[in-house]
Amino acid sequence: MTTELAREHEYETQDIMLNMGPQHPSTHGVFRMVLTIDGEVVRDVVPYVGYLHRGAEKLCETMDYRQGIGFMDRTEYLAAFNAELSYVQAVEQVAGLEVPDRAQWIRMILCELNRLSSHFMFTGAFGTDVGVFGTAFTFSFRERENVQDLFEEVTGDRMMYAYFRPGGLAWEVTDNFEQRVHEVLASSRQGISDMDGLLSDNEIFLARTKNIGIISAEEAIEWGMSGPSLRASGVPMDIRKDEPYLKYGEVDFDVVTGETGDVFDRFRCRLDEMRQSVRIIEQCLQRLEPGPILPDRMPRMLRVPPGEAYVRTEAPRGEYGVYLVSEGGNRPYRLKIRSACLSNLQALRDMVIGNYIADAVIILGSIDIVLGEVDR
Amino acid sequence: MNNDLFGFEINIWLDAAARMGLITGVMTVVVMGLIYIERKIIARFQMRLGPTRTGPMGLMQSLADALKLVGKEDLRPAGADPWVFELAVYFVFVPVFMMFVAIPFALNWEVRVLELGLFYVVAVSSINIVGLVMAGWASDNRYAMIGGLRAAAQAISYEIPLVLALLAVAMVAGSLNLTEIVAGQGRVPLIVWQPLAFAIFYIAMLAEMGRTPFDIAVGESETAGGPHIEYSGIRWSMFFLAEYAALFLLCLIASAVFLGGWAWPLGEDLGRGWQFALTAIKTGLLIFSVFWVRVTMPRLRIDQLMSFSWKVLLPLSFVQILVNGLVLVYDWPDLLLLATGGAGVVLLFVVIDRGVRRPRPRPAPLAAAESEAVA
Repeated sequence: MTTELAREHEYETQDIMLNMGPQHPSTHGVFRMVLTIDGEVVRDVVPYVGYLHRGAEKLCETMDYRQGIGFMDRTEYLAAFNAELSYVQAVEQVAGLEVPDRAQWIRMILCELNRLSSHFMFTGAFGTDVGVFGTAFTFSFRERENVQDLFEEVTGDRMMYAYFRPGGLAWEVTDNFEQRVHEVLASSRQGISDMDGLLSDNEIFLARTKNIGIISAEEAIEWGMSGPSLRASGVPMDIRKDEPYLKYGEVDFDVVTGETGDVFDRFRCRLDEMRQSVRIIEQCLQRLEPGPILPDRMPRMLRVPPGEAYVRTEAPRGEYGVYLVSEGGNRPYRLKIRSACLSNLQALRDMVIGNYIADAVIILGSIDIVLGEVDR
Repeated sequence: MNNDLFGFEINIWLDAAARMGLITGVMTVVVMGLIYIERKIIARFQMRLGPTRTGPMGLMQSLADALKLVGKEDLRPAGADPWVFELAVYFVFVPVFMMFVAIPFALNWEVRVLELGLFYVVAVSSINIVGLVMAGWASDNRYAMIGGLRAAAQAISYEIPLVLALLAVAMVAGSLNLTEIVAGQGRVPLIVWQPLAFAIFYIAMLAEMGRTPFDIAVGESETAGGPHIEYSGIRWSMFFLAEYAALFLLCLIASAVFLGGWAWPLGEDLGRGWQFALTAIKTGLLIFSVFWVRVTMPRLRIDQLMSFSWKVLLPLSFVQILVNGLVLVYDWPDLLLLATGGAGVVLLFVVIDRGVRRPRPRPAPLAAAESEAVA
């Protein structure tokens, strides 16, 4: 009887389409997702990417190998050193260049520092996503600023460094480099524990992030996730450990993994990873010795013999791979970038459906995308 | 008919007009000051300097912002409902100023002594929700609509604990007249007898103002401004003005009702200037704490926000009223009020703590299977 009555007086309810982005404060750039919402609950989400597509891969084919470095900076602009690293290593592998020890150690220091600055960006932006009024952001940016200052001293640029070269580095680091790195590490260590204090134990933060946006280890692997987003699901996959490049085989560090694969674990993983980065850099500084930064006989114009290589490195957001085909000459025949963020973003739909609108925002934030890398 | 305005005998209509003009003028200045102070305080929390360029120490920044906003174009979206859209502002703006009427700043220093002052304040303060819903509905924007509905749901939920907390105080004070409530706190402020009611009132007050951690309606990172999203220029600044006026007034009410307003300590013996200063200090401390919460707390999600009100605050405030009733009817010692209230506050914190740390199951994906099928 009651059901009949209810059916008789049933009001038609509709789902609403909610377009979030490309102009929305928390889509981390120009990402767009179209949410189908039932009240506050997200029933479906369709992500749209491509608003920042600049054809970096194709452009690289028209430039010589040195010029390509600049495009790598512009794909992964929050961790440009890591992006450059994949590219120059691919070129080195095809060209058969041997990189001097000093250059390798400096590359490692800069890449790990870049991981720090990138993760500081994450903690700041994520704090804002969760709703802290700018405090996490300014605290993070204070530390990020220190790292950026150091990069500026070394490379002359704050974001688009173009400092790595096939074979080594563009020029020698500044004289007080080691001392400056020590200073930056000291402040970063403080910054990491600040973020810990501000967010990790906050009741509301825990309530918001725990058990939200869970992705199991199997699902994460199936989606091709990598980096902290994968490790948060409990998969100890870290290219620095599994296929050591540079001198990662010679330094001591732990691979941080999460347990449940929820938003909080992804946050926690990045925070702990920053501590590991500090550890790595300290060891690198001990091993840093004077020496050449380029191979002895480097040609003025690099000509690479025919061949191909796929190099992947552990960027802050996951596996940043560069596939390079050379048919001889001074420019690549084909360049393909394997973007970590694009693969990580695939899992968004699985994570978001069934959660609330506010959760959709923090889940997206926890994947930590860089649109420059997604769209390339 | 004549009336007495600060010692001058004037016509009652003139008197009313003068008082209304005074309210509007004072409130506008207070709000500008509050915005400046908030920006400075928050900047300190965030290792910034805040406004420094406009006037000495940036003091003129709020004025400059206000002038800029007045000069901006008053846009209205093409699809908006013109009447509702434009009237919504007043529904938010006017009630806040009306609340001002009943609040005592010092001995015999209020706009009007209302016999049901507390009741009046509570009644008027809930009107602005209508304005937010109107703004959200009329804007022809889905973010605005979600924001407006969130504001409505939140305000209805938190209005009840707020009123019940004030009711508990009124029982102990034995009056609904704000002037009498304050005057009765000459020796012991009511927060001592009613700590739980104060805790409930403070939390509900944050929600009522829509400030962090309860700012889901406006929530920049989710609804991108909520009901305010389509407003610009003077209308938007009126929303802003109302928000800060509400902050000021609710803190003023809290300081009057719980912290003894001008009366505690030594209020009756001091001059009017000191009484005024007492009110200002107490209100200022409360406002500062609200800013402090704002810069450190993340935002709650809507379901957490609602269940916190209905499952935690509401039962606790009923318990408070029950205890008050028993103590008053059977004439039990006052210390019992303190003991139960204190225990209640502890319980509140334990509940919050446990509630957060309890592992929760993954929210059931309501229609995941269905939408998979569609896809």
